Amino acid sequence: MDKLFRVSSSPHLYDKDSVQKIMLYVIIALLPALAGSFYFFGPRALWVVAATVASCVITEAVLEKMMKKPVTINDLSAVVTGMLLAYNLPAEIPIWMPVLGGIFAIGIAKQAFGGLGYNPVNPALAARAFMLASWPVQMTVFKTLPRGGTLSATMVDVFSGATPLNALKQSLNIVKHADAFSVEKVVGASRTIRALQDSYSDLFFGKVGGCLGETSAILLLIGAAFLMYRRIIGWRIPFTFIATVGILAWMFGGQAGLFSGDAIFHILAGGLILGAFFMATDMVTSPITPKGQIYFGAGCGVIAIVIRLIGGYPEGVSYSILLMNLTVPLLNRYTKPRILGERKKK
Amino acid sequence: MFGLKKMTFKGGAHPPEGKEFTEHKPIEIMPSPQQVIIPVQQHIGAPSQVLVQKGDTVKIGDKICEANGFVSLPVHASISGKVTKIGEFQHPLGMKTQAIVIENDGVDTLSDSIQPNENYLNLSPDEMKNRIREAGISGMGGASFPTHVKLSPPKDKPIDTLILNGAECEPYLTADHRLMLEYPDDILKGLQIFQKILNIKRAYIAIENNKPDAIKLVRKKASAYEGISVVGLNVKYPQGAEKQLIYAITKRQVPTGGLPMDVGCLVQNVGTARAVYQAVAENIPLYQRVATITGAGVNETKNILVRIGTLFKDVIEFCGGYKENVSKLIMGGPMMGIAQYTDEVPVIKGTSGILVLDQAATKRNEPLPCISCGRCVDTCPMGLMPTTLAELVDFEHYDQAVILGLMDCIECGTCTFICPSRRNLLQSIRFGKFKVIRQRRKAS
Repeated sequence: MDKLFRVSSSPHLYDKDSVQKIMLYVIIALLPALAGSFYFFGPRALWVVAATVASCVITEAVLEKMMKKPVTINDLSAVVTGMLLAYNLPAEIPIWMPVLGGIFAIGIAKQAFGGLGYNPVNPALAARAFMLASWPVQMTVFKTLPRGGTLSATMVDVFSGATPLNALKQSLNIVKHADAFSVEKVVGASRTIRALQDSYSDLFFGKVGGCLGETSAILLLIGAAFLMYRRIIGWRIPFTFIATVGILAWMFGGQAGLFSGDAIFHILAGGLILGAFFMATDMVTSPITPKGQIYFGAGCGVIAIVIRLIGGYPEGVSYSILLMNLTVPLLNRYTKPRILGERKKK
Repeated sequence: MFGLKKMTFKGGAHPPEGKEFTEHKPIEIMPSPQQVIIPVQQHIGAPSQVLVQKGDTVKIGDKICEANGFVSLPVHASISGKVTKIGEFQHPLGMKTQAIVIENDGVDTLSDSIQPNENYLNLSPDEMKNRIREAGISGMGGASFPTHVKLSPPKDKPIDTLILNGAECEPYLTADHRLMLEYPDDILKGLQIFQKILNIKRAYIAIENNKPDAIKLVRKKASAYEGISVVGLNVKYPQGAEKQLIYAITKRQVPTGGLPMDVGCLVQNVGTARAVYQAVAENIPLYQRVATITGAGVNETKNILVRIGTLFKDVIEFCGGYKENVSKLIMGGPMMGIAQYTDEVPVIKGTSGILVLDQAATKRNEPLPCISCGRCVDTCPMGLMPTTLAELVDFEHYDQAVILGLMDCIECGTCTFICPSRRNLLQSIRFGKFKVIRQRRKAS
């Protein structure tokens, strides 16, 4: 016998997509929004992204070295985490905060659980929650006006934090308790509510205040379309998430009773597009079964709208995803697909 | 009628087809080799009994092993010459088994029993079945189950639909494709014999749409027969798997743990149909078969008619030898084929092809942790959760895995193909099935 061949269990062919390639596609899909953040908020936005990405990658490498595990920064997952975290931060945040956020994301939310594949919740969102709890003021003040942003400019006099969602929340609050505020304030608030309802195109193109990666729906949707085309993300989670938010906002979000809410405003404002397409779809922390993914998306939508409409925060997308992340093992367990030829249990 | 229904199943994937190597190459006859090593056991079922002794002379088609029980088959000499050794040899299914070595006398004399039979259609079903059995025919798509057993369903499981499987969804393989192009009449006559044995009017010939020439030709030829329709199937792996094929055509689901006959179906491979025709009409036993020799690691890719028992080594030599950088030698296709460590293994009745892959094709990264992308769940043609099953098996929770459908896995390999973390999902699942079967055997 002069030649020995390699043996292994079948199959002997492998698909072209690898973990690294999937992460690379996600990074590519996030690039339009990165360009948008530079356009709207200036070079400062890029600094924040650079800080979180560098902090995530370095943390991952250092921790893995310390734990004597193979260093996996080449799988690019830390880069994705860094970008997503930055997209959830205001542009003018002091740079050391994003750096700490990145360390938390990788060190606590990811590596402490065993690294990629083992983290129970989305590391970027966990870090955002950590930062929001630690520095509530710096995390929610959006001083930098987006370039060409008319909407925020009118509101910034009235409100300190000028994202459309918290402008709406505060305005509604003022109108509701009109007696407690000055006349100018109430007039300003009702004008703001009207302005918000006419702001679809600003919301769609991103000329509003907000976190640096979340404001422009169109740029995020371009990236999402690319991911869907490459079959990195499916339709189930983003579609059910957005549809649930839209329907519930329409049903319960209006001042004139049921079915008077502004669904389009709620879909375009805040971090819903970013969250639904890029964060709820995070593979590690979303269900693997088709039915589970639908429940997951719907659950995210319900929690997000509950927080927006009756919770204390103006925005609930990131908390909704974090909470639903925790239900994933349960969803997987109870949404087993039907086996071909499986008989109904009597 | 078939334009509206979606001729496919849920799940599946699109591995690179690799059919371009051989799909336009007519079947070449490989001359009989100097020596053949014929394994005694080539089918699923009871091992056969050796009839010859060292020193005996045999002709082509002489019976050298006798069937041992109902689910068993005889084995025939594939060359004429002298039996030089009976002993243990490497079998392509991965173990050492008893095999008969025949040295070629170079004359290629046929056995006297090979006689055409003009009025074969007048034979009774039992006579036909007997001939099929005597010819040693087992399913030629790869599973190698004795064909006459499949043709003898119990009375309470009447069969109303016969499906001839020409899907050939396995990448690289084109043997069935060439058979349909070159011997459509034999295949149709074989199908007619199946219909006669089972007394079934309705029969389908299922072909994937990536073989339009075969669909056209077989459809034209089939119009002369009664009740045979040719169905074009979506190109998707594993379209030719029995349960998926039945579902695509009839929308019936073979119950878990059941057989096609539970839903009134019988699936036979097109190669089997031709072998059955030859056995019933001409008394030719299964001593040779068509196989595809292909892959980037072999110099001349070919479809060949090869004697059972020919060593892979000799086949590759006939195909111009190996190229440099050869890495894997596989019996069958790249998705379900079995990797061989040596080329000193013989072609058996179930060898649909020999695939030689080079290092570029078999390069594979180390497995990473599961990232829960769910692709294995989306693509599993059986509706299983492969990553969960593999994990349960790895942690030896076999009972839990069985509840989640471990034993329903058809081992098509789609999950492992699609996994971006390059996890050995099927390997774990297979190991789990093996463990469970052994536990059950011990318990009973």
